[in-house]
Amino acid sequence: MDIPRDHLVDMYETMVKIRRFEERIREIYFEDKLPAFDIAAGLIPGEMHLSAGQEPVAVGVKPHLKAGDAITATHRPHHVAIAQGVDLKKMAAEIFGRETGLGHGKGGHMHLFSVEPNFGCSGIIGEGMPVACGAALAFSRRGTDNVALSFFGDGAANQGAFHESLNLAATWNLPVVFICEDNGYAISVPKAAATAIPNNSDRACAYGIPGVLVEDNDPVGVYEAVGEAIRRARSGGGPTLIEVKTDRLWGHFEGDADAYRSDEFKKAMAERDPLVTFGRRLLDEGVLSESDVDSIRERMYGEVEEALEFAQSSPYPQPEDALNHVFA
Amino acid sequence: MTTATDRKLTTQKAIAEAIALELERDESVLVMGEDVGVYGGIFGSTEGLLDRFGPQRVMDTPISETGFIGAAVGAAVNGLRPIAELMFVDFFGVCMDQIYNNMAKIHYFSGGNVKVPMVLMTAVGGGYSDAGQHSQTLWGTFAHLPGMKVVVPSNPYDAKGLMISAIREDNPVIYMFHKGVLGLGWMTNNPRATGPVPEEAYEVPIGKAAIARPGNDVTVATVGLSVHRALDAAELLEEKGISAEVLDLRSLVPLDREAIVASVRKTHRLMVVDEDYQSFGMSGEVITTAVEGAFDYLDAPPVRVATPDVPIPYSHPLEEWTLPSVRRIVAGIERLTTG
Repeated sequence: MDIPRDHLVDMYETMVKIRRFEERIREIYFEDKLPAFDIAAGLIPGEMHLSAGQEPVAVGVKPHLKAGDAITATHRPHHVAIAQGVDLKKMAAEIFGRETGLGHGKGGHMHLFSVEPNFGCSGIIGEGMPVACGAALAFSRRGTDNVALSFFGDGAANQGAFHESLNLAATWNLPVVFICEDNGYAISVPKAAATAIPNNSDRACAYGIPGVLVEDNDPVGVYEAVGEAIRRARSGGGPTLIEVKTDRLWGHFEGDADAYRSDEFKKAMAERDPLVTFGRRLLDEGVLSESDVDSIRERMYGEVEEALEFAQSSPYPQPEDALNHVFA
Repeated sequence: MTTATDRKLTTQKAIAEAIALELERDESVLVMGEDVGVYGGIFGSTEGLLDRFGPQRVMDTPISETGFIGAAVGAAVNGLRPIAELMFVDFFGVCMDQIYNNMAKIHYFSGGNVKVPMVLMTAVGGGYSDAGQHSQTLWGTFAHLPGMKVVVPSNPYDAKGLMISAIREDNPVIYMFHKGVLGLGWMTNNPRATGPVPEEAYEVPIGKAAIARPGNDVTVATVGLSVHRALDAAELLEEKGISAEVLDLRSLVPLDREAIVASVRKTHRLMVVDEDYQSFGMSGEVITTAVEGAFDYLDAPPVRVATPDVPIPYSHPLEEWTLPSVRRIVAGIERLTTG
C-alpha cells in the first residue's frame, strides 16, 4: 500500500473508535428497552440508525480533509461525524439528549451540527446534497480552497435532490465531492428493485463529471478515490461522484428485525467485516503489530467510555429551554 | 428614521434598490434564482443588478428549487448572505423540504450554534387570472412553521426597508411581495404601488406593524395588497361616517400582537382581511390575539374577509368573487359597525 503509515494507522484507529461507539450505543439502547421494546423508553430514546460496517467510507475520507472543509451526512451519521473529528463527548451527550450536547438536546442523533469541524446531517433523504453545493459555492466565493463533501445513501440517488445537486455542482463547477454509501438497501427495499442501473457512479456521465466506483468496502480504495476527487476539487477541477459498495451490518434502525435480508447474506457480510479484514491486512503487511492493535483498542475504547460517561453524567436541559434557539 | 424625500419609486424598483445597496455594502450578499440575471427577475426584483454586480453575485440558476434553495442554505451556513428567489410561492411544493425542514430548523437543531442568514423572496397573490398554481398567497403556511420570519410589505417604502432588514437579519426570512403592489407595467396595480422612497439604505424593523390609516370605529388588520383594498374601503366608509383604522401588519412572524391589541382596545371592533385561505390561517391567529388581549373591549364578534377554502379559480368573475375585494370589505365593516 502506497499510503503514508500514519494515514493507515489513523484510518484503523478511527474505525475501531466508530465500531466501539456503535456497539456501546447499541448495548445501552437495548438494555433499557427490553424485554418489551419501547422506542421512547430509556437513556437513548427514539430511532437509532447505526453505521457499523460502513466505517471505511468515512475513514478513507478523513486524511484528506483540512480545517473548514464542510461535510453533510445522512440520518446514519455517526461514522462520518466521528471521522470528521466532531467532539465525541458532545456528540454522545446530544444522543443522550443532554444539555451538554452539540445542540443542547434539540437535535438528537439524526441532527448533529458542529461548527468546528464543519459538520451537519439530516433525517431527510438527500437533504444534505444541495447544502453541500451551497457550502462549496461559499468556499469559491470566499476564495478558499476548501471543499464540501456530501455523503448520501443509494436510496437518496433516486431523489430529485441528487439530480439537482449534481447538475448544479457541474454547471457551476463547484468544489464538492458526492459520496454514495451504497449499502444495497433503502430500509427493506433492495437497490435492484429501486434503482434502474447497478451503479450510481454511472450517473455522473449524465452531468459530465467523473464517476468513480469503489467496488469493495475497503478504506484504501475510498482513500485513493476520494483523495483524487478532493485534489481535483481543491484545484478548481469541479465535482466528482463516488460510489462505495459498503455494508450496513445491522438493521436499518435498532429494533429492526432485519428479516428482509437472508441469513446467508448476513453471514457473508460478517465474514467480510471491514474492521476485521482491514486489521488483518495491516498486521499481514507489517503496518501494525499485535501489540499496536491492542493499544489502539485500549485507547479507542477508553475514549468511547469517557464520552459515554460524560454524556450520561451530564444534566438534562431545563424543559422550558425547548423555547430557546428558534431564532438567533 | 430617514430623510424626507420627494423621489418616488415603484415597489419593484424599491426592492431591487434595496438589494443593490446591500450587494454594494456587503461582499457576502448574493442573489440567486430563476431568471434573476439578464431578465432581472420575472417581477423585476433584481432589475439591473446583473449589469452592476456581474454573474458571481447575481446568479441565474437551473429550474431546480430544491437544488438552489438548498444551496442557499449551505452558503448561508458557510458565511454568505444569499437571497434566493422562489419565483412564485405556489412552487414551494417542489422544494419545501429545504425550506421548512432544513433552512428553518438548523439553528434550533444546533442549539443556537449554527446560523442561517438568508432571504427567500417570493411573489404572491392573485387577481390576474393566472389560476390556482400561480395566484396563491400562502403566508399562513410559512408562518405556521417555526424557525423562519415572514414579512409581507405593502408599499415601496416598506419594501425597501424590510428587504434591507431581512438581508441583515441573522435568521432566515421569507420575503413575500404581492404582485399587485409592485407597480409592474403589465399588471393592474394599486395607485399606491408607487410612493416616496429615500435613496439611502434604511431598515424597517421586522415584527412591527404600521397604522396605514388611523380610525376609531373598527380595526382592519391585513397585509400586502389587501392593505390597499382596506384603505380604499376606508375612504368609501368615511363618506358614511364610519372611521376605519387600517393596520398594516407588515410581518406575520414575528406578529406585532401589541399593535393588534392596542388598536382593538381603541376601536372595539376587528376585521381581518386575508388573501390567504380562510381556515387555519392568519385571520384566525389575529382574531385569537385580539380575543386573548382585548376580549373585554370587543363590542362585536370579529369578522374576516378571506379567500374561501377553494383553489384560486381562473375565470375573472369567479376569482373576483373569491379574493378579498373592496366590496366585501365594505360590506363586512358595515355589518360589524351596525350590527
